Amino acid sequence: MAQLVYFSSASGNTHRFIENLGSPALRIPRNKEERLPAVNKPFVLVLPTFADGNGHGAVPKQVIRLLNDAPTRSLLRGVIASGNRNFGRFFAFAGDVVSQKCGVPLLYRFELSGTDSDLHRVKHGITEFWKRQS
Amino acid sequence: MTIHAPASGLTRAVPKAVNWNRLQDDKDLEIWNRLTVNFWLPEKVPLSNDIQSWATLHADERQLTIRVFTGLTLLDTIQNTVGAPALMPDALTPHEEAVLTNIAFMEAVHARSYSSVFSTLCQTAEVDDAFRWSEENAFLQAKSQLILNEYDAASSPLKKKVASVFLESFLFYSGFYLPMHWSSRARLTNTADLIRLIIRDEAVHGYYIGYKFQRMLETLGEAEREEIKNFAFTLMFDLYEIESKYTESLYDGVGLTEDVKHFLHYNANKALMNLGYEALFPDSVCHVNPAIMAALSPNADENHDFFSGSGSSYVIGKAVATEDEDWDF
Repeated sequence: MAQLVYFSSASGNTHRFIENLGSPALRIPRNKEERLPAVNKPFVLVLPTFADGNGHGAVPKQVIRLLNDAPTRSLLRGVIASGNRNFGRFFAFAGDVVSQKCGVPLLYRFELSGTDSDLHRVKHGITEFWKRQS
Repeated sequence: MTIHAPASGLTRAVPKAVNWNRLQDDKDLEIWNRLTVNFWLPEKVPLSNDIQSWATLHADERQLTIRVFTGLTLLDTIQNTVGAPALMPDALTPHEEAVLTNIAFMEAVHARSYSSVFSTLCQTAEVDDAFRWSEENAFLQAKSQLILNEYDAASSPLKKKVASVFLESFLFYSGFYLPMHWSSRARLTNTADLIRLIIRDEAVHGYYIGYKFQRMLETLGEAEREEIKNFAFTLMFDLYEIESKYTESLYDGVGLTEDVKHFLHYNANKALMNLGYEALFPDSVCHVNPAIMAALSPNADENHDFFSGSGSSYVIGKAVATEDEDWDF
């Protein structure tokens, strides 16, 4: 059984999305002094976007720390990113960056803490995605 | 530093210098950096390239556009002179106060930008008419009053923040719709570029003030939290009722009212999410016209990601700015 790994900043938007999704998920700590979760099976990453007007700084530092670990990175299968459409072409841009850096598909994008439709699509999509993976 | 002048004879609190190398809340520096990097002025947008396009609009479309921008100017003026300053005495950290001064100033830039559009595209008389209209329009005045009531010093810090987030993340959108609509039809595209800069700023403002709201809310007991939530949803209902009528009064003539209302619902939900609350309007009434979504966010099309598209293919991001000293691979 695969899993979700997610990062949520102090605003808690992504955390609320994961809670509402109700699937088991490992949280990447906000504090860089805390230990990263031990990931030992294939996973989908869920992360928010913090890009500036030029797209820089999109991926939270703690997520970069996790992905810098090659054995963990090799288990990454896909990415789901959140953001705000107000940021124009950099909406959910962290998903594009991770997708390109790690060569995994960008599975879905949603805004802030997500709507009911987002939750429905992600639940359904993740189930189908893992079926195809196995 | 929230130091109020003491009555004579009392000792003034020790004035403290803000130290950005000693943070109580990392979010303050994160948002300060985001806002300062995103700083802009209207002079950077070549508005005069819209002169020909402006001339192709009908007289009623021009009047609508000037009125919509005047309404937006009023909200920016309120946020610049009253809203953001009203939040300063409630700041939890000295850095939050500094961020609020940036927010206040950018609201002044936004308000000033609409006048740049006017001086580039419009006749003085038609603009003067619109400013008079804004003082007499019952709906515009009603929503301003509701917000200003909450900004009164007597109001609670949390209620001020709710009002502020609703202004930043909800009330602007009946206005923002129109330049996105024109842009989707290849009209006033430079003006739309300017509005997109404003839209981007408002997202950061709503997010930050909503975040500070949540920090303050979590210090309260269950009953008080429930009271604030009831207040927030009641204020949203009251504002929505006014916004509906404002929308009808502006957009019925051009047949866009229903479309605008979907956009209002969608943004009302986002405003509530910024406060940490659940959405109010069901997805069935948030079907924003895809042309408006595309004008807002050019890569937001449904086929961009795996779950929304056909499922048979996916897009790996195009050339992107991934250079960042923290990546090891």
